[in-house]
Amino acid sequence: MIITTNVSKKFGKLVALDNVSVTCTKGECIALIGPNGSGKTTLIKTILGMVVSDSGFITFNGKNILHDWKYRADIGYMPQIGRYPDNMTIGQVFNMMKDIRKTTTSSLDEELIELFGLKTMLNKRMRTLSGGTRQKVSAALAFLFNPAVLILDEPTAGLDPVASEILKEKIIAQKKAGKLILITSHILSELDDIVTQVIYMQDGKLCFHKKMEDLKTDTGQQKLSKAIASVMLSMRV
Amino acid sequence: MKKIIKYVIIDILRNKIVLGYTIFLLLISLSIFNLEDNSTKGLLSLLNIILIIVPLVSILFSAIYVYNSSEFLELLVSQPLKRKTIWLSLFIGLSSSMVLAFFVGAGIPILLYEPTPTGFMMSGTGLLLTIIFVAIAMLAAVKTRDKAKGIGIAILLWLYFSLLFDGLVLFLLFQFADYPLEKAMIGMSMLNPIDLSRMLILLKMDVSALMGYTGAIFKDFFGTQKGLVISFLVLIIWIVLPTWLSVRKFKHKDL
Repeated sequence: MIITTNVSKKFGKLVALDNVSVTCTKGECIALIGPNGSGKTTLIKTILGMVVSDSGFITFNGKNILHDWKYRADIGYMPQIGRYPDNMTIGQVFNMMKDIRKTTTSSLDEELIELFGLKTMLNKRMRTLSGGTRQKVSAALAFLFNPAVLILDEPTAGLDPVASEILKEKIIAQKKAGKLILITSHILSELDDIVTQVIYMQDGKLCFHKKMEDLKTDTGQQKLSKAIASVMLSMRV
Repeated sequence: MKKIIKYVIIDILRNKIVLGYTIFLLLISLSIFNLEDNSTKGLLSLLNIILIIVPLVSILFSAIYVYNSSEFLELLVSQPLKRKTIWLSLFIGLSSSMVLAFFVGAGIPILLYEPTPTGFMMSGTGLLLTIIFVAIAMLAAVKTRDKAKGIGIAILLWLYFSLLFDGLVLFLLFQFADYPLEKAMIGMSMLNPIDLSRMLILLKMDVSALMGYTGAIFKDFFGTQKGLVISFLVLIIWIVLPTWLSVRKFKHKDL
């Protein structure tokens, strides 16, 4: 569904992405894992077209995304740090997004707005929100339009245990519905029962892209966190 | 596109600066017209205020606004929208609210007190200047990532167009005083929208008779239909060129 081919991106001297080629297919839930600054967010942003790659190309459903913008209607994106216009209220942000992405085909999915209890604070201004509430808004927005692809950048960072459990349930439900889910997280334990594939990045390079079972058999570990730890250790040697 | 413009305008109206700017212009123009018994003299006093304040407020407010709406831009870019649409909507939203402010604050009083060709010229060039400086501010803001630097560049650009450029022209005039520079001066004035507007307005007034031989040459050019059309075309180029450059830059900007 999403294919990136030899994508490279430099920020000044810093190489953020170095010849990254990955193929993401429908119905998978892919974890993007790597140390801080390994280019995970940059990869996500190039897929979204927020960062323009220096070389290489990305196709979405067989179409090059470079001069296309309609493909983003099929993506729900939850940024790592959600930044919203300060003096809009939560309700206004939701209404604006609904207004901009006129939903003709798919119906709205307002389940997360309900479950997170955002309905009661629609009149709060974005500037007054705590980091966690902001994350809830981001999550609710990502799922709102029932997109075929979900890109979640550190979705549970800053969420309280209840909210993060709700979000996890939601992700699993979406996975069952056959959607492609790309997820980055540093809390590997919570990815265990969600993820089907793992992409590991380091210093802007793609180290491996494996199925979860293969990774487990290769490393002899049952837990994702242990498996990744053993991979990281073996690479350091 | 219309929807984004709508949200930009709602947002601008919600912060009171543009309203304050309108009231400020309204106070200045009304008090000047009421103080002077001769409204043509009033127009002349208003000319200099408008040529300084309108570009300053337009360029500064727009530059700051673009930086402050970086979150909004980021949010929109990840949505199924064309980048060109997003940027042009921001431009149209900003310039239309600034134009509205100028028109209510200065345009209407001018047309009420002085419904002459000079008055029309002054409101017309004021409107164009507003849009030009919004376009220049957006170009400065898209080129520099750093907020303080971008706003600093906007201020410097304003300083250049309203003060430094005239100094440069004077310097050149004195250096090449032995040569006939009158024709070249017309070309030079095209390089600065503020100068061009000043020339267009002054030549509609009778004071141009006081400007001697150069004034006569200017009158020969700007007074004719052809000169007028060319000057307005140049002013429009001053809008289109920065906008085009900034759209091109924004299309490839990393957010």
